[in-house]
Amino acid sequence: MGVITKPKYSIWTLLKGAASRHRQWAPAWHDARPKPAYDVVIVGGGGHGLATAYYLAKNHGLTNVAVLERGWIGGGNTGRNTTIVRSNYLYPESARLYDFSLKLYENLSQALNFNIMLSQRGLIVLAHSRHDLESLSRWANALRMNGVDADLLTREQVQHLAPALDMSSNARYPILGGLTQARAGTARHDAVAWGYARGASALGVDIIQNCEVRGFIEEAGSIVGVDTSLGRVRAGKVGIAAAGHSSVLAKLAGFKLPVTSYALQAMVSEPVKPILNAVVMSAAIGSYVSQSDKGEMVIGGGLDLFPSYAQRGSFSVMQESIAGTLALFPSFSRLPLLRQWAGIVDVVRDSSPIIGRTPLKNLYINCGWGTGGFKAIPVGGWTFGHLLATGKDHELAEPFQLERFNTGRLIDEAAGSGIAH
Amino acid sequence: MMQLNCPWCGVRDEPEFVCGGTAQIARPGVACGDQEWGEYLFFRENPKGLHRERWRHTHGCGQWFNLVRNTITHEIIAVYGMQDPPP
Repeated sequence: MGVITKPKYSIWTLLKGAASRHRQWAPAWHDARPKPAYDVVIVGGGGHGLATAYYLAKNHGLTNVAVLERGWIGGGNTGRNTTIVRSNYLYPESARLYDFSLKLYENLSQALNFNIMLSQRGLIVLAHSRHDLESLSRWANALRMNGVDADLLTREQVQHLAPALDMSSNARYPILGGLTQARAGTARHDAVAWGYARGASALGVDIIQNCEVRGFIEEAGSIVGVDTSLGRVRAGKVGIAAAGHSSVLAKLAGFKLPVTSYALQAMVSEPVKPILNAVVMSAAIGSYVSQSDKGEMVIGGGLDLFPSYAQRGSFSVMQESIAGTLALFPSFSRLPLLRQWAGIVDVVRDSSPIIGRTPLKNLYINCGWGTGGFKAIPVGGWTFGHLLATGKDHELAEPFQLERFNTGRLIDEAAGSGIAH
Repeated sequence: MMQLNCPWCGVRDEPEFVCGGTAQIARPGVACGDQEWGEYLFFRENPKGLHRERWRHTHGCGQWFNLVRNTITHEIIAVYGMQDPPP
C-alpha cells in the first residue's frame, strides 16, 4: 500500500527536528502510482478533491480511493486564491453551506494535525453611500437570521479597525460605515491542500500526481473508470472536482455544464510591517485587500469578463483593481508589486455551486464555486464525500443540484456575496 | 491585454469592448419544455480552445460583432458580422 504512518506533529517533533538539523522529516504524504481499480476515483487534486478523499476515508471508512491530479496537488486554484475564508452569504441555503465550511475551518488545524494558520482577523465590507448603508443593514439582518455573525460598523469603528483607509471627506470613495464578519479571515492555502493530502494519505488514499484524465470508460450506460496518461483506472464511482476545467471533463464524458471559465486575478506587493489587520472589501471598486502573515498586501480583483483558460489576467483588470485599492489606501501607492497571477474559475449564473449527480450513472461532480472555492473546501469535501460514499445528497447540498438550471430554482448569490461576479 | 479588430473602428484595446458570451445560440420556440429552455439559457460548451463569441465595441461605435478566439492563447482567429455564418 505504501501508506505513510503519520507521525504526529507537535512542539516536541519540532524540537527533535531542530536538534537533528531538520534531517528527520519524512514526506507528509505518499506520492502514489495508480492501481488498476479503486472504489472511488476523484478527478482533481485541488483542495476540494483532497478534502473529498479525506472525508471519504475519515467519515465513511472508504480508503480504496484515488485522487488523480493533472499537475501537482494544490497547484491550480488552491494555490492561486487570496486565502480568504468567510460565510457572509445572503440566502439561507448558502449561509448554511458556507458557515458549516467556516466551522470546519475553525477546527481544521486540530482535526488534521496540520497548522493551516487560520487567522480570524475579521472582514469589513465598506459602505460608500447611504444606499450602501441600507443594503448592508439588509445583508446584516439576513446573516443574523441565518445564524451567521454580522455587525454593522459606524464610520469611526471602520477607521479604528483599518486606520490606513482614506477617511477624508474628499476621498474618491467616501466611507460612511461598514459590515463586519468577525469570524472571517484568512488561512494558509497551501497548508489546506497539504493538510488534507497528509490526512487522506495516512488513511490509505492514493494521491497520484502528473496523471491527466483523458477520457471516461463507459459500460452499459454507466461510468466504470477513467483513461489517464498513466493508463486505465477502473472505479466504482468517479467524482469530478476540477473547478475551471469542469467543462473539459464534462465534454469528455459527453454532457454540458452551465459553467463558463474565466480568469480571476490576484496580486501581492512586497512585504511590509503590519499595517492592515482586517480583510477589507468594497463592492464599488470590485477588489479586496488583506495583509498576509509575511507582510505582503494581497489584492484580489474582479473577473476578466471573457472566457479564458489562460492562467494569467489582463493588464486592464489588474490596473482597475490597483487603482481602486489605492483610492482606498493612498499610502500603498509606493509599494512595488511582486507577483500577479490568475486562476481559472468555474462561474455559474447564480454564483452557487453544483454538488451532485451528472447525467451519467456513477459520475458525480463538485463544481461551480466560481470565485469563492477556497473558503468552501471543507464543506465541498464533506458533502461530496457523503454523496460518493452513500449515493445520497448531503442535506446541505440538496439545493445545489444541476437540475436547478432546468427547474428554475436558482440560488442567486451574485448579489449577496459581496464582490461583483 | 488583447487588441480587438472592430469591423467599424479598426484595432482597439480590450477595455473598450464587452464580451457578450457564446455567439449564435439558437433560441428555442415558445413551446419548448423546461429542459430545452434551461439548456438555452445556461448550458454552454465552454471550450478550451476555439470559441465563437459576441463582442460589443461599447466604448466606441457601440456595434456588435462576432469573433473566433482561442481561449488558451487569447489569439483572435477571425472577425465576422452578427448575421454572417461562422468561418
